[in-house]
Amino acid sequence: MRRALALVLLAPLCLSAGAEERRSGFADMARETQAMQQDDTANPGMLWVLEGEALWNRPAGPAGQSCAGCHGDAAAAMRGVAARYPAWDEAGAAPIDLAGRIAQCRETRQRAPPLARESEDLLALTTYVGHQSRGLPISPPSDPRLAAARERGQALYAERRGQLDLSCAQCHDDQAGRRLAGSTIPQAHPTGYPLYRLEWQTIGSLQRRLRGCMTGVRAEPFSYGSPEYVAIELFLASRAAGLEVETPAVRP
Amino acid sequence: MPSARLFAALLLLAGPVLAQEDALPAPLTGTPGDAARGRAIVADRQRGLCLLCHTGPFPEERFQGNLAPDLSGAGSRWSEAQLRLRLVDSRRLNPDSIMPSYYRTEGLNRVGSAFRGRTVLSAQEIEDVLAYLLTLRDGDSR
Ligand code: HEC
Ligand code: HEC
Repeated sequence: MRRALALVLLAPLCLSAGAEERRSGFADMARETQAMQQDDTANPGMLWVLEGEALWNRPAGPAGQSCAGCHGDAAAAMRGVAARYPAWDEAGAAPIDLAGRIAQCRETRQRAPPLARESEDLLALTTYVGHQSRGLPISPPSDPRLAAARERGQALYAERRGQLDLSCAQCHDDQAGRRLAGSTIPQAHPTGYPLYRLEWQTIGSLQRRLRGCMTGVRAEPFSYGSPEYVAIELFLASRAAGLEVETPAVRP
Repeated sequence: MPSARLFAALLLLAGPVLAQEDALPAPLTGTPGDAARGRAIVADRQRGLCLLCHTGPFPEERFQGNLAPDLSGAGSRWSEAQLRLRLVDSRRLNPDSIMPSYYRTEGLNRVGSAFRGRTVLSAQEIEDVLAYLLTLRDGDSR
């Protein structure tokens, strides 16, 4: 019911993608890559899940407090959390994504040294927390305070940029399923992040992926953690509402 | 592309003035294009980028895109002047085209610092690519 409602509400946002059925980038991958993602003993992203679990339980900061010390067992406390991010951050009076929230907790509650975007520790913690939502539908919050940023994200998605003068929509709505050289263009659903990308030979965040698409069209990327990336993440989550969280996914 | 051809046909029907808008007759440089250099540029994924989207008579190149018409026979379908405009700024023909404008620096948004103020290809490279495209005649693709 809730899912059906979300789809109705979001329908005007994704007219062009709506004609075709929405599908995760997983569906476009080679069979071997799919098998690698689905087998936890072969999925390299599981290494970051394990590392994240260790960090979750490790005391940090002057008070010697761990994430588990406040939240308890992640399997219960963090289930469903990643599925509803980005969310509204009361303290910052702005939307915040999951990595941003984890970094904020670490700094303001643990009072531990900050974790930089794309640092191994922040990726590991985000992957671990994201993993607790695996299999759940992406469920963006209905908080009206997110609407303005989500619309900004939609505009950024539709805006042409870079020397090649291409928008996200031109590839991911209009050309999805076709091949850009050897790569099948996915519909750009943020289902699996952080994920292990064979091309990176490591795990990376959704913002790293967005940065890659920006530099691909020879545009100046936004900086990590910027409101622009969080706005695009919000829009992508609304566009992907109902699709399953796969973290940690594997992509070519 | 049927739509592009229809468009060109309509332009021709509309008379010589409009037909000029479908083409760029003046070469960009005084040096004639070199077809061999042009072929290398088309095949180069960092320079021409063409095979990211197009297929073409490049049996040695794996992983050609399928977002755009095959380049085989392009020299039979279009005149030199028409091809020049398609390379320089295909968006003058179709504002929604995904084909980048290879010789334009204006009207762009958030261009990366390494590319700012620079065209995708130089004037001479465009003439080289053109010389190559004109060798692609119908019937002898591959
Ligand atoms: C010129 C085409 C092109 C443009 C423009 C483009 N992308 Fe992409 N994008 C791709 C391709 C191709 C891939 C898949 C690459 C691969 O896995 O090999 C991709 C992957 C993605 C993914 C990963 C999907 C997954 O399954 O993990 C996301 C998310 C994404 N793009 C978002 C964006 C956004 C947002 C923009 C604009 C800021 C954008 N893209 C612009 C071609 C493009
Ligand atoms: C990002 C995609 C993309 C790239 C890169 C690209 N093109 Fe295109 N090209 C297209 C599309 C799409 C069309 C169809 C017409 C349109 O939509 O403008 C086209 C049309 C053409 C045509 C007319 C084809 C016909 O028979 O109707 C020629 C010739 C051409 N391109 C040559 C090139 C060359 C040469 C390069 C590289 C220097 C190149 N293109 C790079 C997307 C691209």
